[in-house]
Amino acid sequence: MIEIRQLRYAWPRAGHDVLAIDAFEVAAGERVFVHGPSGCGKSTLLGLLAGVLLPREGEVRLLGRSWASLSGARRDAMRADHVGYIFQQFNLLPWLDAVGNVTLPCRFSSTRRQRAAAAAGDVERAAASLLARVGLAERDWHRPAAQLSVGQQQRVAAARALIGAPEVVIADEPTSALDAPLRDAFMDLLLGACRDAGSALVFVSHDERLAAPFDRRVSLPALNRVRAEVPT
Amino acid sequence: MSGLLGLAARSAWNRRGTLSLTVVSIALATLLLLSFERMRTDIRDSFTSAVSGTDLVVGARTGPVQLMLYAIFHLGGATNNVRMDSVREIARHRAVEWVVPMSLGDSHRGFAVLGTTPAYFERFLYGDRQALAFAQGRAFSGDLDGLYQAVVGAEVARRLGYTLGRQVTLSHGSGAIPGAEHADKPFTVVGILAPTGTPVDRTVHVSLEAIEAIHLDWGGGAPMPGVHIAPEQARKFDLAPKQVTAALLGLKGRVAVFAVQRHVNEYAGEPLMAVLPGVALDELWDVVGVGERALLGLSAMVAVVSLAGLVAVVLAGLNERRRELAVLRAVGAGPRHVLWLLAAEGALVTLLGAALGALLSVLLVAAAGPWIQARFGIGLQLSAPTAAQWGLLGAVLAAGFAASLVPGIRAYRLSLADGLSPQG
Repeated sequence: MIEIRQLRYAWPRAGHDVLAIDAFEVAAGERVFVHGPSGCGKSTLLGLLAGVLLPREGEVRLLGRSWASLSGARRDAMRADHVGYIFQQFNLLPWLDAVGNVTLPCRFSSTRRQRAAAAAGDVERAAASLLARVGLAERDWHRPAAQLSVGQQQRVAAARALIGAPEVVIADEPTSALDAPLRDAFMDLLLGACRDAGSALVFVSHDERLAAPFDRRVSLPALNRVRAEVPT
Repeated sequence: MSGLLGLAARSAWNRRGTLSLTVVSIALATLLLLSFERMRTDIRDSFTSAVSGTDLVVGARTGPVQLMLYAIFHLGGATNNVRMDSVREIARHRAVEWVVPMSLGDSHRGFAVLGTTPAYFERFLYGDRQALAFAQGRAFSGDLDGLYQAVVGAEVARRLGYTLGRQVTLSHGSGAIPGAEHADKPFTVVGILAPTGTPVDRTVHVSLEAIEAIHLDWGGGAPMPGVHIAPEQARKFDLAPKQVTAALLGLKGRVAVFAVQRHVNEYAGEPLMAVLPGVALDELWDVVGVGERALLGLSAMVAVVSLAGLVAVVLAGLNERRRELAVLRAVGAGPRHVLWLLAAEGALVTLLGAALGALLSVLLVAAAGPWIQARFGIGLQLSAPTAAQWGLLGAVLAAGFAASLVPGIRAYRLSLADGLSPQG
């Protein structure tokens, strides 16, 4: 599903690499927990996996296609079709209601739109069933996202990442803004919904307590051959 | 892209407070530009419409601009007068239909006094061949009964609060010398003219004979010592004018204009000149039109400032939108979509602003036009936009769209550099 080979990445205008990963794979439907302290390059890795950033050397493949071999527009289309993404916070367009936010990927990807429609009849109903799956009360479905609590917003974000059953869901510390009970409930929802959709999940966090239910756990500092810089 | 348009509209609606400020600032800039342009053309029109229907203006030999300045605008003084004999001689030319002699030089509280014949009120046309109209009263009679009658222009009446029957006295010259008053021979206001937006509004009209009468006991610019001729006595003198300042000529047909002009210019009795008012007014406008260019420069600066405001507002809003753009990127929008989104918004905002400004300028002319006409004598026309106005409108739109591309391109580059994490 995802393959990394001989990856080297440096931020533009930075003199040194921040990531150097020789090999990393994620299988279809596999749920992988990537952990590491803040600033070890987790978000950068996710940017590379999602094809928003391109490696300086080596390659990152999604579904067998190297991101670097695609044009910018094809990368955008590829990401829209096959990747669901969850941020730490501020995932939603605040002026759009929950259903509108969940259906966003279907505006950019006909593949996701067709799959969502095939699963539930139409896109709106697919969104509704996902919102129900992540436990958002029906009265909140048509409220603007700005009026939802942080926990509710993250659940809407999970539903959005999963609409149209993308092959890969990438989550960047989605629980960091949630307190413990909400966090645990969210983890259950996310893992369960990914399993239902058959999507692989790459979940990045500094919090190793979350790792238990995953198929595999990976330490980014161990994987990354660039040694973390020691602040002087 | 069509899916994006709905998102763009909802996003813009969400920021309607800031955006409407931008729309208003563009509308104001457009309003200023359009009304400046309207005023510029209409001031020019008012200026060049100071006289019409007159084929030639005749005066002592001087420059055409100078002649127009004193004969039509009553500014400055003539260096020489024209003998009345010469005027009568010219009037006998077979192509000449009418002659209205004019005698200038006195004033009334800063307003020029024009001695002329009652025919002036029929023959003098302005603007698009419009005749003078009386708001109140009538012309002076032209015979001895009307000797001390005066007709005042609209602005004279308004500024000095004159009504019919009011007694006024004239000053000798421009009124700058104290005591040089024709106080012994007061005039009665018998007519008030309707506003014209021309120098007529600022003129006191009396008969040629009246000018003679008030100067009977004057010599060398001062009252003659020991001589006093009472107003009633003056009627017994020969009041036929010996000389005048200038004369308006109307011809039977336009074709003869150059022949008559040559006839006047080559007149053997004394050095005279005849000018075509239209040509001379254009020449005069070239002299006074510097202010017009300053006005144009000013409005260009106004436009630049408000478009800079547009860029600033969108750029400032960009930071608060970085998260929004990152979300869109994460769900599959490309940098091209982001660029398109911002450019579409900028174009829409500019279009709305320009349309609003154009509408406001029309409303302004409709609402304030009559007041401006009455107050400043500038007739603002409520007409279709001129070519120059269309040009300005187009320039505002083009500049606004170009300005909205600046934040668009910045967002494009940010979204490329940020990856998916807007915090970076």
